[in-house]
Amino acid sequence: MTESAQDGEYDAWLDSIESDDGYYLECSNGHGWLPPRRVCPRCHDQDLSEVGLPESGEIASHTTITVPTPQFEDDAPYVTAIADFGPVSVTGLVRDVDPEDVATGDVVGIDVGERVTTGERAVVFRPR
Amino acid sequence: MSDPRIAGASVTHFGKHPERTGRDLFAEAGLEALSQSGIDPDDAEALYYGNFMGELAEHQGHQGPLMAEAIGLDVPATRVEAACASAGTAVREAVKTIRNGEAEVVVVGGAERMTNIGTAAATDALAIAADDLYEVRAGMTFPGAYALMARSYFDQYGGSHEDLAHIAVKNHEHALVNEHAQIQKEITVEDATEAPTIASPLGLYDSCPITDGAAAAVLTTESYAEEHDLDAPVAITGTGQGGDNLALQDRPHLAQTPAADKAAEEAYEDAGVGPDDVDFAEVHDCFTIAEVFAIESLGFYERGEGIAAARNGETTRDGDRPINLSGGLKAKGHPVGATGVAQLATVAWLLDGSHPRADAVPDSTVGVAHNAGGTVASTTVHVMEVQE
Ligand SMILES: [Zn+2]
Repeated sequence: MTESAQDGEYDAWLDSIESDDGYYLECSNGHGWLPPRRVCPRCHDQDLSEVGLPESGEIASHTTITVPTPQFEDDAPYVTAIADFGPVSVTGLVRDVDPEDVATGDVVGIDVGERVTTGERAVVFRPR
Repeated sequence: MSDPRIAGASVTHFGKHPERTGRDLFAEAGLEALSQSGIDPDDAEALYYGNFMGELAEHQGHQGPLMAEAIGLDVPATRVEAACASAGTAVREAVKTIRNGEAEVVVVGGAERMTNIGTAAATDALAIAADDLYEVRAGMTFPGAYALMARSYFDQYGGSHEDLAHIAVKNHEHALVNEHAQIQKEITVEDATEAPTIASPLGLYDSCPITDGAAAAVLTTESYAEEHDLDAPVAITGTGQGGDNLALQDRPHLAQTPAADKAAEEAYEDAGVGPDDVDFAEVHDCFTIAEVFAIESLGFYERGEGIAAARNGETTRDGDRPINLSGGLKAKGHPVGATGVAQLATVAWLLDGSHPRADAVPDSTVGVAHNAGGTVASTTVHVMEVQE
């Protein structure tokens, strides 16, 4: 991978989250997905439109990871969670809260942070 | 259409084999399976071979022809990759090839070399079965993904880490007499609940080990077996495969495995049997919670009830429907690309009475193998039956 290579719409999506302008893709039947998507895998609809991501989401499940991959060596222990934002769910790192205190149903906002180990960007959730 | 007979099967010892290459491991299993089958290797017409992380662990792609060569075959050879369900998917291809009349003798197998790269790199390699953009970059590991599913199961249906510990205890006990198993060590519920956490709520004893190993089987038609007077009493009578969204975040449920539901339904219908006809099963318990998902998807339990099966003694070797008599992935080990064929071999041996745990299921006629890839975005289910 070269220094300047981008992962297409994924990087554009991260940019949008970073500038508080986060979005998801919605088909005409209301199914939500994250980019890149050309078709709704649930109903085959190809008419996907960008919809603003709700400001807050709710933690659906979470785990504190103590045995990480090398790319997260210095991050561990850290919390990875799936949070529901309306019709779309997002996986991210939970920050600004003691791992012991993270609970299902917690309300979080979405942001972009840095991975401690590599400095690369990552989706981050913070309590709201 | 003929249901394929299993004419021979072999697995290597599962464990750490730092000095052995993938090709050497597969050669051991493949040559033994061919020898056992009593079939002239010249009659073999195809190889389907499962492998997941060969590029990362051995810098080796294009393993199909390499592995055919390793067992002395000059046949069309195809590597099949579906994460940890690679070998189960290879079995399905082999079954279809025999059923549609394209071949009378097919070798199916798989191998994985994992311990040579160490725990951190193996964790990294396993993680690529998840969605790179949206899961791996958010810190997801393979245990972490199952931990998210486990917590969701507890939230939705109840159950505890102690329930999961009973699954680990059971599978360790089952493996005690399995000489192929990586871990032959009895553990207690306390050992499992008190072990270090790897991804909460899952601990060290909820997870299968990192394993090197290979497995192979030789499949043939009923008529070939009869013509050549082979001892091949076990047939694969049903095959099924299901899929799901790759990323957990895109699924409607975190506590169910619909890919396995679909695979089971298809395999049962194909074989003309139902869950109640099944005497025992080898299921994909890469983590203790995965065994719960498996036995619910296979229709042995209602949703939310599989969690207590091991604790209640229903899935132990003296229970009504033993699960993972081999020790499962948990104790037997999980060389990911070989697992599906190792399960096939185990079920065949339990049905023909040659497995060291066969005394637990003495009059059994129907066994099932359930092989899941990643967080169950791929699953194969195979039904095996003893024929007249
Ligand atoms: Zn849709």
